Amino acid sequence: MAVYKQQELRKPPISQVGIVRWLRVNLFSSKVNVGLTFAALYMLYILIPPLLNWMIFDANFNFGEFSIFGFEFGEVMATNTNCGRSAACWPFIYEKFDMFVYGFYPRDLIWRVDIVFAMAASLFVIVRLARNYQHKNKVLLAMIIAFPVVSFYLIAGGSFGLEEVKTHQWGGLMLTLVIASVGIIISFPIGVLLALGRQSNLRVISFFSTIYIEFIRAVPLITILFMASFVLPLFFTGGVDFDKLLRALVAITLFQAAYFAEVVRGGLQAIPTGQYEAADAIGLNYVQKNALIILPQALKISIPNLVGSSISLFKDTTLVLIIGLMDMLAMVNMTANDINWLGRETEGFVFVTITMWIFLYSMSRYSKKLEVRFSTDHKN
Amino acid sequence: MKKDNSLLSFINNNETRAIAFQVITLLIIAFVFYSGISNLMFNIEAREIHTGFAFLSNRAGFDINESMIAYTPEHSNLRVFYVGLINTLVIAVVGIIFATIIGLIIGIARLSNNWLISKLATGYIELFRNIPILIQILIWYNMALLTLPSPKGSFNFFDSIFINKRGVYVPEPVIETGFVWVLIAVVLGIVLAFLLKRHFKQKHDKTGVYTRTVGYSIGLIFGLPLVVFFLLGSPLHFDYPTLTGFNFQGGRTFSPEFLALAVALSVYTATYIAEAIRSGIEAVDKGQKEAAAALGLTQTQSLKLVVLPQALRVAIPPTINQYLNLTKNSSLATAIGYPELMSAFGGTVLNQVGQAVEILGMTMAVYLVISLFISLLLNIVNKKMSIKGR
Repeated sequence: MAVYKQQELRKPPISQVGIVRWLRVNLFSSKVNVGLTFAALYMLYILIPPLLNWMIFDANFNFGEFSIFGFEFGEVMATNTNCGRSAACWPFIYEKFDMFVYGFYPRDLIWRVDIVFAMAASLFVIVRLARNYQHKNKVLLAMIIAFPVVSFYLIAGGSFGLEEVKTHQWGGLMLTLVIASVGIIISFPIGVLLALGRQSNLRVISFFSTIYIEFIRAVPLITILFMASFVLPLFFTGGVDFDKLLRALVAITLFQAAYFAEVVRGGLQAIPTGQYEAADAIGLNYVQKNALIILPQALKISIPNLVGSSISLFKDTTLVLIIGLMDMLAMVNMTANDINWLGRETEGFVFVTITMWIFLYSMSRYSKKLEVRFSTDHKN
Repeated sequence: MKKDNSLLSFINNNETRAIAFQVITLLIIAFVFYSGISNLMFNIEAREIHTGFAFLSNRAGFDINESMIAYTPEHSNLRVFYVGLINTLVIAVVGIIFATIIGLIIGIARLSNNWLISKLATGYIELFRNIPILIQILIWYNMALLTLPSPKGSFNFFDSIFINKRGVYVPEPVIETGFVWVLIAVVLGIVLAFLLKRHFKQKHDKTGVYTRTVGYSIGLIFGLPLVVFFLLGSPLHFDYPTLTGFNFQGGRTFSPEFLALAVALSVYTATYIAEAIRSGIEAVDKGQKEAAAALGLTQTQSLKLVVLPQALRVAIPPTINQYLNLTKNSSLATAIGYPELMSAFGGTVLNQVGQAVEILGMTMAVYLVISLFISLLLNIVNKKMSIKGR
């Protein structure tokens, strides 16, 4: 009787499994791809090592003496001269860190700004924790109203026994965040009103809303900033003292409102006519109809685009540098003009770029996430 | 039925209310305008600022180092406006061309089946899209000033293009008499190629016989002008830049400001164009390609007749919008001093003359016109490309 012995399973060819297969499929699937892969690798070889050398390996991280658990580390902090010019000098950023974050804000008062930062951070945590809480909308609304008010009194001071800090002392990342958040918070309701105005049946209102929105969207922000800083004060008779920051805020708010209006209009147009008709049928008036039926739905579907528009606003805040506000970008030249740290613009630019990039990248990730969460099609 | 004429029903009447609201809005707007403008007039008089457009014909008195048209400080402020306008258009056109090229490459690379290439393209988009354009402009500008050599040690390409701290020097074409005939030949070539194409398309529609016209078209568009060019004895020569002393003479110069602006604008805008192109290509259903193959279309035909028309319908409108954004962003040249409209006219002239309302009004009007023009273009494109319903 023949004895059948089970043959051992042969292993799949080495080129069909594991990393080799992955490489074959993803990098070397055709002659063209082989060429492209090597070209890309060569490009990375040209770009990455010098960059890493400049930023990390050859760079100076000598932040001065410090001790952990009684062990002493480091030596005397590096200065501009012993840093060298061929690589980054991070002690410069270390020393000027406060300038980049707070500008000329009085050093003994920066705890007030820190409290605002901490509040903002805890706000995010609370929003996440309160997700399933029954009255989360009320909590949210209360915080959205309370936070700016408290922040304003903390940063500006002048009451509740807090020393006043004039706006020309505000600067750095703090100023960027102030402008962006004030711009977003104030321009949003204006934008909603403009969107409703544009969609309105009342000819006059719709006409002026449309003209406003289209005009603002057609011109660059910088022209509006210039208008605000040169012409706006002329519109008021003496006594009204417009400080620079307020002018910038007015310009940015008016600018952003038009963009928000277009986003909200997109949301309004996506609401089926039946919703309007149903609201009319149960006898709601215009305000009730929009506040209870239309806007909740329209705003919800516009959320991803509202975030996207806010990202643009955040990018645009850098423009206030041109009308002389001391935002983070302005600090690059300001700090590199320090007699002890002449010519360190590059480090400043890299630091500011990385900071802004982190903010913008996380915001854009967030908006992508929202887009997926709110998308109702069945693509995936 | 009894007609109710009471005051209450008059107040509650929708039409009455609509009219009332509109009248109130009009009154508020009129009041804001009136008080604003009367204050403006008062303040302008109090500060002894001139009004009107007389300043346009005054002597400008400052130099502009980069101009497409002849300009000296003796020219008028109006001339500065034209110089700035032309420079804005130049930077916009250059930026649009390069942004489109980079955007196309990156957009297609993102969909590559090569993992490394598609990851690099994604990295490019995520990196440059999330850095504000103003920072990018300043970084490129500082990099150009820091890393480029002095005129003596400039990078030399074929003894005709030189790159150094002062800018890029390229040969300038000098047009001689008779060159206009070459231009006419170009136009004629394009028209002829178009007519030829139409003729063969009609033939294709009628008889089903397909004729390739690419060769003829290239011959007509490029060959015809070339023949004319040489028949007229090459009415065009190049003025090469040469190093004399410490600087280059002759040729055309592009300043570091121009380069930084052009690079930053095209690199930044390209990220948006790349995304538009990617979404356009992804919007075409796989079944479309398969159907085209099933009909027996060749690869090229399928691409030209089935895939591209559908992909472009999605990709072109956002791309045109980005062209407008690029043009608007070019006004950030103010930060580095490239003399385009906002910088030369809205900045320098404004500082000298002080008539902010007139000057900023003119500047805004230009952007408004550009924007209207692009909206018009967009409408035409949308109408042309919209799906023809049955």
